[in-house]
Amino acid sequence: MSCWVTIQDYALRSIGIGERLLPKTDFTLCQQFTLIGSGMFWNIYFGAIALITGFFFATALAVGKNSANPLFRKPSEWFIFIFRGSPLFIQFFFAYFVFLSLKQSVPFLSPFTAAWLGALVVLFCNTAAYSGEIFYGALLSIPKGDTEAADAYGMSGWSRFRRIVFPTMMRLAWPAYTNEAIFLFHATTLVFFSGFPVLGQRGDALYYASYFADKTFNPFIPYPILAMYFIILTLIVVGVFGLVNNRLNRHLPQEAKAKMRFRPNIIR
Amino acid sequence: MFSYCTEPDTLEGMMWLSCYLTTGKHMGLYISVVTVLVLLAITAPVALMFGFAAATAARSHIAPLRWLGKGYTSIVRGVPDIAFFMFFVIALDQGFEWMRHKVKCPDWSEPIRQGNDFVVCTAAKLPLSESPQWVHETYAFFLAVLTFAIVFGAFAANVLFGAMRAVPRAQLETAEAYGMTRRQTFWRILVPQMWVYALPGLSNLWMVLIKATPLLFLLGVEDIVYWARELGGTKNARFTDYPHGDWRMWYFLALLVFYLTFTKVSEVVLERIMKRLTHGQATAGGEAQRRAEA
Repeated sequence: MSCWVTIQDYALRSIGIGERLLPKTDFTLCQQFTLIGSGMFWNIYFGAIALITGFFFATALAVGKNSANPLFRKPSEWFIFIFRGSPLFIQFFFAYFVFLSLKQSVPFLSPFTAAWLGALVVLFCNTAAYSGEIFYGALLSIPKGDTEAADAYGMSGWSRFRRIVFPTMMRLAWPAYTNEAIFLFHATTLVFFSGFPVLGQRGDALYYASYFADKTFNPFIPYPILAMYFIILTLIVVGVFGLVNNRLNRHLPQEAKAKMRFRPNIIR
Repeated sequence: MFSYCTEPDTLEGMMWLSCYLTTGKHMGLYISVVTVLVLLAITAPVALMFGFAAATAARSHIAPLRWLGKGYTSIVRGVPDIAFFMFFVIALDQGFEWMRHKVKCPDWSEPIRQGNDFVVCTAAKLPLSESPQWVHETYAFFLAVLTFAIVFGAFAANVLFGAMRAVPRAQLETAEAYGMTRRQTFWRILVPQMWVYALPGLSNLWMVLIKATPLLFLLGVEDIVYWARELGGTKNARFTDYPHGDWRMWYFLALLVFYLTFTKVSEVVLERIMKRLTHGQATAGGEAQRRAEA
């Protein structure tokens, strides 16, 4: 079987298109590359959607935590503490079992027990909490002169936030937010190792990598392949976020631009 | 556990709960909590040692040693650490068995990798197939500790490397002016002063380490996640004296609370240590402390 046929059979295996059975014996390098790559679909899906939706919630949380009104501040603080203070792995398990028991009383919620929605909700809350803390830190370090200038121009409320506070907050938070994004993509590998079941062997990249490692009892091929895919993904994320960073800082003199530092964190 | 626990069906409320929470299987859960604490207690210093060695190596004047230190610290980046956990456990296991195989069975002619199997002679098996259950469990735990130490050592190395560079250059120059050798400068001046710069990074790492402990579950150790799933599942009256429905949600809620408490306590303790280390240092924090006292 040539490699091209394998790619046709397995390239979309992770979303259920193509050959139904996974290879059982005589694993080729091509099969491992194709299947693990196919699994990356889920990692990108979870990471990208959680990141985009979480961004808005994170901004709300940061503004809430900065608010003088305890009615907004306390819930934001608690939300951030709960999601940052506990392991993501336990959050996945807890959420899965909560959704399972909710399903019995409210059948309408049954899609939440599947990974594509349930795990996404957990990742969304998690990344919102982590990014919210980053944004809050940035909010605190907005130069006093900026907001004073806004006051002097008679800006207040929404226009002050949209024109002055928000852009500066983004600019200051962006390097740390890049790390959070990388970190989130790495965290997506936990989804199928927690409570969420893998339906019809449609798993993510790590699921397929561990499948091969279990079958061949040789970790030295699938995991480096997985590592390669993730390094490529990380480089893409760094590249895209770097472009945004350039745009956010375009008004600054060239030397003053904050250097992006690649410092991914580890498991949460 | 208690004397009134002989007839669980007749009990109610708190009495029932106190009996339920002290069954033999729940003891397994409590032991696994201790396992987590032991893992943290062993891993943290070992990882710190790994990190210290790697950071020192990365500063070395000998090129291969420097490459080794830098390579180790940078190779853990960019890859999900859970992949590392799963990789190292098998790789270390096979590495140990391969080494023992080379030593103990030199006249073994067949290849070790036969297709999809990894075959070593019986004497080289780790742990030996006839050894008791607890040896197997300890071995799995040992592999887990080593894996955690390798992964977190790389991150600790990163922090310590930065901290070593953050010590004011003037301090080292003074030491040189006093005629100290490189080694003396390192041990007497650099190492005592670097901790205050390293502490914020290390405390962050400690928090991350706490939150990584549930991954023991993936490394084949019977940890809290295993027990929570096991104990929380629906229990039929036919097999147990304490029948109940699906309580896994509550067990994981308890774990969540356990970790949140642990994080909070760590935060408070680390803040105290930071206060103590800052005392008398030539940093903004130390200066603020001095002013507050004056």
